[in-house]
Amino acid sequence: MELDALILSRLQFAFVVSFHILFPAFTIGLAAFLAVCEGLWLWTKRDVFKRLYLHWIKIFALAFAMGVVSGVVMSYQFGTNWSVFSDKAGSVIGPLLGYEVLTAFFLEATFLGVMLFGWKRVGNKLHFIATCAVAFGTTISAFWILSANSWMQTPVGFATDPETGNFYATDWWAVIFNPSFPSRYVHMMLAAFITTAAVVMAAGAWQVIRKHSSEPTRWQIRMAAGTLTLLMPLQIWAGHWSGEVAHEYQPAKVAAMEGWWETRDVQGTTLFAIPDEENERNIAELTIPGTSPYLFAGAEGPLKGLKDFAEEDRPPVFIVFWAFRIMVGAGLGMLLLGIWGAVLWWRNRIDKPGVFHMLAVPGGALGFIAVLTGWISAEVGRQPYTVYGFLRTEDSVAPVTTGQVATSLLIFMIVYAIVFTAGTVYMARIATRGFGDDPTDPPEREHRAPGSPLGSVDDKAEMPTPDPKPAE
Amino acid sequence: MELDLPLIWSFLIATAVMLYVLLDGMDLGIGILTGLAKDDDERNLMTATIEPVWDGNETWLILGGGGLFAAFPLAYAILMPALYLPVLLMLAALIFRGVAFEFRHKAVRKPTRLFWNGAFFGGSLAAALAQGLILGGFIQGVTVEGRSFAGGPLDWLTPFSLLVAVSVAIGYVLLGACWLILKTEGEVQKRARKRALMALIAVGVCFAAVSLATLSIDPRVTERWGFSMAHMELGKLLPLSPIPIFGLVMVILAARDLMLHVHAPDWRPYLFSVGIFLSGFLGLAVSLFPNLVPFEVTVWEAAARDNALGLMLVGAAIMLPVILIYTAYVYSLFWGKVDPEEAYHD
Repeated sequence: MELDALILSRLQFAFVVSFHILFPAFTIGLAAFLAVCEGLWLWTKRDVFKRLYLHWIKIFALAFAMGVVSGVVMSYQFGTNWSVFSDKAGSVIGPLLGYEVLTAFFLEATFLGVMLFGWKRVGNKLHFIATCAVAFGTTISAFWILSANSWMQTPVGFATDPETGNFYATDWWAVIFNPSFPSRYVHMMLAAFITTAAVVMAAGAWQVIRKHSSEPTRWQIRMAAGTLTLLMPLQIWAGHWSGEVAHEYQPAKVAAMEGWWETRDVQGTTLFAIPDEENERNIAELTIPGTSPYLFAGAEGPLKGLKDFAEEDRPPVFIVFWAFRIMVGAGLGMLLLGIWGAVLWWRNRIDKPGVFHMLAVPGGALGFIAVLTGWISAEVGRQPYTVYGFLRTEDSVAPVTTGQVATSLLIFMIVYAIVFTAGTVYMARIATRGFGDDPTDPPEREHRAPGSPLGSVDDKAEMPTPDPKPAE
Repeated sequence: MELDLPLIWSFLIATAVMLYVLLDGMDLGIGILTGLAKDDDERNLMTATIEPVWDGNETWLILGGGGLFAAFPLAYAILMPALYLPVLLMLAALIFRGVAFEFRHKAVRKPTRLFWNGAFFGGSLAAALAQGLILGGFIQGVTVEGRSFAGGPLDWLTPFSLLVAVSVAIGYVLLGACWLILKTEGEVQKRARKRALMALIAVGVCFAAVSLATLSIDPRVTERWGFSMAHMELGKLLPLSPIPIFGLVMVILAARDLMLHVHAPDWRPYLFSVGIFLSGFLGLAVSLFPNLVPFEVTVWEAAARDNALGLMLVGAAIMLPVILIYTAYVYSLFWGKVDPEEAYHD
């Protein structure tokens, strides 16, 4: 394979989007977790939820900052590397992305300031509203992004300009709520909650192992185990729903995910195989035959295999096939951890170090692995198109030189390696250290001692100070 | 009456970019100024003045860029590949600036803290310069064939774009220093005043140089302002002259406040420096309108379909006032001098 601007642009896009998606997946869930904690604190007046909030908000601040900076990169990739796509599809997906900025980004970014620094300046209720605004903003943001992404997967409600060949919308409702959008949105939101729950559980388990556990630790494992136990079954259902939609609109993707080469009326479920694209077959295949009628309830007639698609219309089979299997495996792992945790909760053994805790620590990565591989199987499965069936990836790329893209890809790799390694270390440090050295109350306004190095400031001359809130 | 949607959207995006320049420009200016901070305390105080709002400020960049993509996909498709390397530099720099904001407080050991302090300063400076290169490359125009960019990867690199880059960075420093005057007291404020004055002098020189250089970029610009080889058309120049005169008056007023130490309210230098930027922005708009890719593609040629612009206009008409209201609310919430203890150090 020749390393030209096209393949490098694809690598670069895959690289930056893969990094970026981890942060929204985490912050969507964490924002909801924080809102729940703060809400529970205000409602039950129990200290433990306030401490959870004050602990996890620090991690949230870091994750959010990394999500923002990697997201800014994403929003400019369309222009720098995929300018022909931008020109052709801009009139359809541009407004969706525009709405994301207008309805979500400002809400999140603005109220994050109140969430992090507003304790002394607003009352508890207003602070809670700010937390909810940020959490709400993250879900709206996901709504528009997934709408745009889903339209690229299952494009409807548009026509083509005869003069320029550009797409334009004929039915906005159909564009926004395109066929794969509902299932994809539910699948992604659940993935975000689950990913966060796995991380929260891992941090708690680590605290238990290191004997740092306290009441907040117990609650954080309980809440995470409960979330996983309740949401993982829902997620399996949502994933299946997504699969059925893909089966209807993107049969080549499903064939690649399942490793089907031949077209048959009844297909099996392949557990293990090494797809051999050159010879159009699977090596070392382990398949449960005859399962498709149970899995694809709506499917009638023959189920298409890859051989039924022209070679240049097939997605890269190996990547899609294995990404899909890793995603499913990671999901099952989290289901198991959730149930196990719930059982320990019931038996009151959640803070006794054991095998569960040893497994839950690495299990914190399972959500990220599932999100990443799920994203890969969806996006690589869309290949060789950017707008499925209508615009090929090779016809979407910008007129930039190989040297330019190679330079930018190298720079992104170096920058991301430094930034995201450091960020992960800082987040892990906070997450694992327990609640011992956390402040037990939101920071109150402290008056500066006279003669502090920052000069002769008269405290009385300052702006009127809002009354410190009584600590709960 | 038929709405001229492309015209409305060019105005909205210009406003978003202007707001970005004023708001995040000030953040970047403060980032550059942290390079001159006496110690960590001063540095923390400087960043504390923007901590609660910088995220929101940066969002205007996404609205500017995303809005250009959404409303004028053709201009976006031409300009981004043309300015590939400066855009990349800006993004990498903004990554460092953005995370360093948080990481500075998390680094435990001295070398890592120094690294993130450096990343904050360097990222801010590089982002400011890159934005100047983008602006310069944009003003001087790009080579277009059909519907795409057809020039070389380094076309943007000219003495003109370098001049604009330096000017933008110095302008940001002015905004940042004036913001510090507004938000701090005592020694820190005194130093900010000195730096603001130096930046103001440099801004006066740079903006004049950029204005003159812009006039010579293309005969169409020169003509717009009423200049030509042989004579001056006062009929064209006079109606436009309030723009540079306004900028000059702002420079003089700001200089008076900063030099004479008159007991002016602390917000006045900031207001005047905003005025300087506004005059520069208006001057640029007058020079280039209606080109969106200068001298090649107009606002109307680059626009997305009317139904896309219309759909977004509904959203913008509802959401922009809401955004402005809650942004103003958050700014007012954090109004007043910044309390050194209020910044979080964790």
